[in-house]
Amino acid sequence: MNFELTEERQMLQDGLRRYLRDSYTPSIRAELKECDRGYSRDVWSGLAEMGVIGALFAEDDGGFAGSGFDIAVVFEELGRVGAVDPLIDTAILGGGLIAALGNDAQKPVIDAVIDGSVQLAFAYGEPASRYDLSRVETSATRDGDGFVLNGRKAVVINAPAADQILVSARTSGDAADRDGISLFLVSASTPGMTLRSYPLVSGGQAAELLLEDVRLGSDALLGDEGGAFEAITHAQARATLAISAEALGLMESIRQLTTDYLKTRKQFGKPIGKFQALQHRMADVLIEIEQARSAVINLAGHIDHPEEIREKHVSATKNLIGNVAKLVTEESIQMHGGIGMTDEYELGHLAKRLIMVDHRFGDAIYHLERFISLAVA
Amino acid sequence: MDLNYTHEQKAFRDEVRSYLAEELPARLVNKVRLGKTLTKQDHEEWHAILNKRGWLAGNWPKAFGGAGWDAVQRHIFEDEMTRASAPRIVPFGLGMLGPVLQKFGSKAQQDYYLPRILSGEDWWCQGYSEPGAGSDLASVRTTAERDGDHYLVNGQKTWTTLGQHANKIFCLVRTSKEGKPQEGISFLLIDMNSPGVKVRPIVLIDGEPEVNEVFFDDVRVPVENRVGEENKGWTYAKYLLTHERTNIAGVGFANAGLANLKRIARLEQANGRPLIENPHFAARIARIEIDLMAMSTTNLRVVSKAAAGQAPGAESSILKIKGTVIRQEINALTRSAVGPYAMPFASEALEDGSNLGPVGPDYAEAATAQYLNNRKLSIFGGSNEIQRTILSKALLEL
Ligand SMILES: Cc1cc2nc3c(=O)[nH]c(=O)nc-3n(C[C@H](O)[C@H](O)[C@H](O)COP(=O)(O)OP(=O)(O)OC[C@H]3O[C@@H](n4cnc5c(N)ncnc54)[C@H](O)[C@@H]3O)c2cc1C
Repeated sequence: MNFELTEERQMLQDGLRRYLRDSYTPSIRAELKECDRGYSRDVWSGLAEMGVIGALFAEDDGGFAGSGFDIAVVFEELGRVGAVDPLIDTAILGGGLIAALGNDAQKPVIDAVIDGSVQLAFAYGEPASRYDLSRVETSATRDGDGFVLNGRKAVVINAPAADQILVSARTSGDAADRDGISLFLVSASTPGMTLRSYPLVSGGQAAELLLEDVRLGSDALLGDEGGAFEAITHAQARATLAISAEALGLMESIRQLTTDYLKTRKQFGKPIGKFQALQHRMADVLIEIEQARSAVINLAGHIDHPEEIREKHVSATKNLIGNVAKLVTEESIQMHGGIGMTDEYELGHLAKRLIMVDHRFGDAIYHLERFISLAVA
Repeated sequence: MDLNYTHEQKAFRDEVRSYLAEELPARLVNKVRLGKTLTKQDHEEWHAILNKRGWLAGNWPKAFGGAGWDAVQRHIFEDEMTRASAPRIVPFGLGMLGPVLQKFGSKAQQDYYLPRILSGEDWWCQGYSEPGAGSDLASVRTTAERDGDHYLVNGQKTWTTLGQHANKIFCLVRTSKEGKPQEGISFLLIDMNSPGVKVRPIVLIDGEPEVNEVFFDDVRVPVENRVGEENKGWTYAKYLLTHERTNIAGVGFANAGLANLKRIARLEQANGRPLIENPHFAARIARIEIDLMAMSTTNLRVVSKAAAGQAPGAESSILKIKGTVIRQEINALTRSAVGPYAMPFASEALEDGSNLGPVGPDYAEAATAQYLNNRKLSIFGGSNEIQRTILSKALLEL
């Protein structure tokens, strides 16, 4: 057993931590709140230059790492500062799916992702699909050599900034079938695709996508027609690891902020951290964060295992992270009192980002049910 | 034992119900249901409608222009109001200051201020908390020094709810530094249009400027604006807090929230079935509902004791804790229920006059904002930790 980071990962972690600490200044945070892209181009190019994006891809795909533990290291650091950079969307989901399914003509997009020059988004959710990956009603019908897409995609994160959007659509089968789901790489300027953009509670931007007779050439198809489901599931597993590690980083920072506050905030003539009622609750928060850390390690270690094993860890981790995120968010706000309710104070952004983790890739209840069915099977 | 309302109480309930059905504007109902931000005008419009019927101040005696209801009637009224999705009555003038003036104010103060609260001429806000005085309220530092027939007020208040709408603020100020901290506090009524008063909004995590900081820089306040005796303000403040804590259980809000949650869970599809049929989700709703059923009765037990003339004491702490935890859990489940549509930040769309339609289903729009905003329930009005301390001292005698 060895739970220490390798030397390379340690270096990645140290460098990234320093970079993010210097980059996420109060002024950039204020700028980001107003910005329609949802993230800072400067921070993004810095991440690319440092090799952070490359660390999320395997050597075969043009990167230099890409294992579960690399993902965990990177995203925990992003979480610590409450970073809003769309690395999950552009690199893990978009880039990951192109790596898994793309042909030689499509693969060069990954190089552009790694060097920071391209933004991607993955449009898979639909208004009625909730967290089910197989529930795809958007249709793609054959049209001569190409396809015509019609449908609506919901809460597509980073779509407003994306140069290309990966869109899932049904080429055969019924609404909830695993088979018959195809994936298309669609340029953001394709006629027939309209975006309604909006900001997110957690920072960043998303859009609703309306697809009306979007005509695509056959070269837009990623992988085999009707056979994208497995790759989508694996990409989502990696994204779940990423967001769980990010949640862990958020929890660590929130815990630090809260313990600092308990030491400095005085009421009744002493620091409120002297009240045992708060000490014990902070101790519970600490215990649960350690559980979250172990759950992330479990998932990182199993992310490339066969599907049955991997997915059990996906659901176990995401369920636990969702529950701990709720505890940490609610306790930290409560122990801060009025200050914890304010938008200006640092906690606000971190807490909102943490609580919103539950709404991506399946919430605690969804994964509880899924874990039960996987564990029984 | 009889769990049911008496004939008179039922008749009263029906009367309230039909009045609300006729007089409550559909526009306001719609805003309340969708969790939209109510404007000052919305509140004023609704207050005026209730005042016309003599129902704006249910807790005030008839002699002062109130309805003179007992605790059960007030409970029924609150219940019907939330059931009908009426805007809540803004409590600062009606629920808090009014009773203090009636008990401790001078005749001149009563004659001048009480009618203005009913008519809506004055909008009051509550200036108790300060940056350094939260749970430990007795440590307020804003000073009021005598200068002839005026006080000179200097200092800062914070967390002043809806202070941006207010023209008047009632404050706890320090008039003496001698003795115990509680003994040097006075209760002062301040016109916010006086020179030297500055209000700065504080945006909360839901994106709304619901609270404010209020700064006092050499503000001259006539001595006749002091309520009761100098240095006895703590007594009046505590009396006011017992009123702040009426309807503290928020059963009506919880019932309305639960109904809304179930409606959403019926409309949302999860795995091809309505979400409400998901056993894990359903179990969480059920646990809340079971808790709420019992809490409603706990609330009625306290209410009926109060109607019989026994002032609720530490029992109100039970209601505060249980009531807020239940409401917060309903908010959390509602946020869960709307799934990925909890993520869009809806602040602008929740503003009045916004022409932006909702991003997802209309019921999803306010779910996260309300969840975040209602974290306050366990913080203000004496935090839940402070309530537990009260309980352990008063009822457990620990
Ligand atoms: C949205 C909102 C609206 C408000 N509106 C108003 C208003 O209109 N007017 C007004 O005057 N005030 C208002 N308040 C202020 C409110 O009453 C205070 O926030 C509250 O009293 C808590 O004080 P604090 O925020 O300073 O927290 P603190 O007192 O600093 O408490 C921080 C944490 O420590 C805990 N704590 C403190 N002391 C103890 C102890 N002895 N034992 C155990 N735990 C303890 C608290 O429970 C809390 O969890 C409002 C607050 C909010 C959030």
